[in-house]
Amino acid sequence: MPDQSGPPDSVGILVPTGMLGGGFSPETITRGLCLGADVIAVDGGSTDSGPYYLGAGVAKTADRAVRRDLRLLLAAASSARIPLIVGSCGTGGTDSGVNWVADIADAICAEDGLDLTVAKIFSEQPADHLLPLLEAERIHALPPSEALDAATLRRCAHIVGMMGHEPIEQALRAGADVVLAGRTTDTAVSAAFALMRGMPPGPTWHAAKIIECGGQCTTSPAAGGVFARIDHRGFTIEPLDPDTACTPASVAAHMLYETVNPYTMREPGGTIEVAGARYTAIDERTVRVEGSRFEPAGQYTVKLEGAAVSGYETVSFTGIRDPQILRSIDEWAESFTKALTGRVETVLELAPGSWGADLRLYGYNAILGELETEPATPAEVGVMLLISAQNQQTATEISKLANPLLLHLPLPTMNYLPSFAFATSPAHIDRGAAYEFVLNHVVDVDSPTEMFRLEMEPGHA
Amino acid sequence: MPDAPRTLGDLALEVRSKNAGPFWMTLEAFMPDDQTYRIADALITAELISELYQVPSASVQLFRIPDLRVVKASFPRPITQGSLHDRDMHAGQHHVPLANVLCP
Repeated sequence: MPDQSGPPDSVGILVPTGMLGGGFSPETITRGLCLGADVIAVDGGSTDSGPYYLGAGVAKTADRAVRRDLRLLLAAASSARIPLIVGSCGTGGTDSGVNWVADIADAICAEDGLDLTVAKIFSEQPADHLLPLLEAERIHALPPSEALDAATLRRCAHIVGMMGHEPIEQALRAGADVVLAGRTTDTAVSAAFALMRGMPPGPTWHAAKIIECGGQCTTSPAAGGVFARIDHRGFTIEPLDPDTACTPASVAAHMLYETVNPYTMREPGGTIEVAGARYTAIDERTVRVEGSRFEPAGQYTVKLEGAAVSGYETVSFTGIRDPQILRSIDEWAESFTKALTGRVETVLELAPGSWGADLRLYGYNAILGELETEPATPAEVGVMLLISAQNQQTATEISKLANPLLLHLPLPTMNYLPSFAFATSPAHIDRGAAYEFVLNHVVDVDSPTEMFRLEMEPGHA
Repeated sequence: MPDAPRTLGDLALEVRSKNAGPFWMTLEAFMPDDQTYRIADALITAELISELYQVPSASVQLFRIPDLRVVKASFPRPITQGSLHDRDMHAGQHHVPLANVLCP
């Protein structure tokens, strides 16, 4: 229930892990509750593992891993009578991701006899809802992307809007004990409860950014969760693992992590400014931060993420150990591409732009490609051929044309056919639909909650 | 005895790279002391990043953070994350060209 007695002196936030399903020890929770946690916040998603999870609407995390983490968190929320907030459910934050986590939560509540009111907040945006906003010039590109067009919106398999803290606060005020949110800014997950309880936005948003990846801001990132206490002048932060420390450098350095600019970060409602923040050690494992600011923006914006099918793919893999080939591996690759292109044109009669191939020479220059300055002659090379076509059947057909080349293609100077080392039979694996991120745009909105849909379910017990 | 050639990676505590969202990449050189920070600070320019990563120098954002002894560079990913020709989904191995630069 909303507190009627005015803001508390401080709000304690327990972040058990950087990702729901990432795992943490039960002691992490015990320790956080002992420190007086007022809320448990955990992120459930990211774009960092690529466009597949949003495009296909499936989670990166394992069902059993999410179930295991959620069971501990629901029990803690129930026993301590504090809210649990999960952001970006199901990796991509799609409606299917929210429902997936909600189904797991419902099953646990029923099995363990927990009486918790669960709120679901959906963030998926049908293209049809966005097209009038595009027409009204309310959707703008973020650098380095170009202006959006209607065709790109229509191509998307899934589009999500990244919510700020307001839809979460709305759910908490409506009586939710557990909030399972679709795509949410990493920071809003942790900031929502503290902002609702009247903590100042500068320290709250800054603390939320520091703790969003769990132990990443500590001296031992693998060790697990962190605890932040926000007050009216700043915040203090410490790891939940007693053998791990937060130092001024480890905390300050977290503003560098996966950010373009380490001093300012745009949120839907404004900008976090930390250039003036001061980081001081309170003891050998606790850091105090003051001086962070939050500058409200003139226009509230919701960032869109969208993934569209880029094609259907087949991957093939072979190995080359013969030093004679390896000494001329660039020449071999060039010859391969030429031979495959010729076969595809003559046998399948495909137009050049209608399919694509990426030949990767692992052990030589696969990862950096043209950025690799002087690759040495390798001892062996893993040759991965990734084919993309407009449907799976075509991608498979192209891979079958490539098969004899991946097995036997000689150097142009050789007068016999070598045989290379296929790793598996068959040598190719169909990957199905592949996706690409196509949105990097924001929508001007009148209300922070208008693009998000709240559903509440009463408790079971 | 002349010193062996030293790379930025030899001097640094860590040189790392990562996505900053699907459309940006960011690199950081963490230096152990003020002396090596000054070397990194002088070495890492928009022109160097442009040359190593084949991106326009005007697209490179540089951040020099003496308090942390860190130089950070961010630029739009030349190949969007997860596309057919992206070979480094998290951009986690793209620190190597920077780490291999010889220090004067």
